[in-house]
Amino acid sequence: MSVAISLRHSIGDLDLTVDCDLPGGLSAIFGPSGAGKTSILRAVAGLLTPDQGRVQVGDRVLFDSATRVAVPAAARRVGYVFQEPRLFPHLSVDGNLRYGQARAKGRALPLGFDDLVALLGLEGLLNRRPATLSGGEGQRVALGRALLSAPDILLMDEPLSALDTRRKSELLPYFERLRDQVGLPILYVSHDLSEVARLADTVVLLEQGQMRAVGPVAEVVAGGDTAHAISRDVAGGILRVTVAGFDEADQLSEMRIGDQALWLPGRIGAVGDDARLRIDARDVILMRDRPEGISALNVLPVTVLDIQAGPGSGALVRLDHQGQVIVARVTQRSVRVLGLSLGLSLFAVLKSMAVTQDQIGR
Amino acid sequence: MTLGLGPAEWQNVGLSLRVAFWATLVSLPFAMLAALALARGQFWGREALNIAVHLPLVLPPVVTGYLLLVLFGSQGPLGRAFETVLGLSFAFRWTGAALACGIMAFPLMVRAIRLAVEAVDQGLEEAAATLGAGRIRIFLTVTLPLMLPGVLAGVVLGFAKALGEFGATITFVSNIPGETQTIPTAIYSLLQVPGEEPAALRLIVISIVLAAGALVASELLARRVTKGVRGA
Repeated sequence: MSVAISLRHSIGDLDLTVDCDLPGGLSAIFGPSGAGKTSILRAVAGLLTPDQGRVQVGDRVLFDSATRVAVPAAARRVGYVFQEPRLFPHLSVDGNLRYGQARAKGRALPLGFDDLVALLGLEGLLNRRPATLSGGEGQRVALGRALLSAPDILLMDEPLSALDTRRKSELLPYFERLRDQVGLPILYVSHDLSEVARLADTVVLLEQGQMRAVGPVAEVVAGGDTAHAISRDVAGGILRVTVAGFDEADQLSEMRIGDQALWLPGRIGAVGDDARLRIDARDVILMRDRPEGISALNVLPVTVLDIQAGPGSGALVRLDHQGQVIVARVTQRSVRVLGLSLGLSLFAVLKSMAVTQDQIGR
Repeated sequence: MTLGLGPAEWQNVGLSLRVAFWATLVSLPFAMLAALALARGQFWGREALNIAVHLPLVLPPVVTGYLLLVLFGSQGPLGRAFETVLGLSFAFRWTGAALACGIMAFPLMVRAIRLAVEAVDQGLEEAAATLGAGRIRIFLTVTLPLMLPGVLAGVVLGFAKALGEFGATITFVSNIPGETQTIPTAIYSLLQVPGEEPAALRLIVISIVLAAGALVASELLARRVTKGVRGA
């Protein structure tokens, strides 16, 4: 089910202008704080009335300023997961989960109550009061509550931002399962590229209320003409790989892209699973000749797609490997010394240990 | 068991409780509406409503009583309207005492309830809306349960105020034994007569017990309700 959003709205001194047509799957709205990301979700949910625009989910028009359509929030069939869980404190977890069910009658749930409780690991929490839940548990209940109202679309507003790193890592796999098993379109607001890289199919890049880019995650995150918008600290490529095996003795997982092997630390998924790796541009080393006697396990033949100099002494080199993009951040001096130019074939070296578990998603 | 009270004194106590009960019960829905309007409403005349609600708190009670007499007396415009439409008269009857007590208790109830409404997290109401709840359902299932401790506090405060109301009551409906003589007006009457101090003292003790009992009851109830609401 596709989602079409076109909005013009002024909030204070921010002018929000959005116009995008998103396919199904998980679309991340990515950008720095104050870029207007939350306002987009609120407009889709009917909690904010934009000055102008149109919102359509599947074949339902939820808002259209031209034809004066504005479906009230209660009738929009959106599941909204806020930054904080916003659970009803006077109801038990079970009562919270069932709150939206009354209005969902007659519509098919993406998952039944019991299946959803199992998917989100809520079995032991049903009789608890929200005040006794941890932040991560609360957010899982909020997610279950939103899904049990049988929404047409799920809106998630930085659902991990109030949690510490450990709780985040706990929740991410739930989000992945949700994306892969429930089949609802999801709009996911985040300012954290590692979340976006792990979860998103499509990315909308938002900066100061303006849309800078929209497209498949690997394209947007790997930069090209959008690199300026993404902080240099987080630029990188996303590789889609298949799990090929696990070496018990060395505790390394073997991943494959075609017949190219990649070795990564720890056990990752089961043989045959697809996975995605976000490769930090600073962890990639470039070599003209295939290196010998090197500790890094992963050497990938690549060709140069483009080179962007700056800012400062750095340069961002985008590389093609079997149709996938790897980004390397090197110095401009290295670009000159290696004689890098478009179409040049060389080798990208990736340290196995540089890829943390957080960078590996489904 | 008479606790040393004579039938006339029991009548005072019974009448006071009846007057305070009806005064609180009838003003409660209006107090909730006013509190919601003042806490959440964005409308023209909001400040005027705020002032009108608070007037009985700051006006001399005798002025409020006089205004009630003019408006709700048997010749007053509102008094006549109630008489014809509902068959309800206020002049020199216990219903008038209840009206006077209700008006005097009103600002206190509104203030307590308004604070409770303002403390309700509107983010929860937004969440309920996205879950498909319309405005009425949101109010009944989210807003109302969360403001309940404040409503309770307002009810107890209003009830205690109504039990003790003197000035407006005696001005509006006088001090008629068996009809409008509540505990405070009875104490006043007894103190006017030499040698009736012991009787006055008995009613004074009753007043203190009722007031303290109301506060204790409210404290216990509020604790239970708060526990239910906060879930801790």
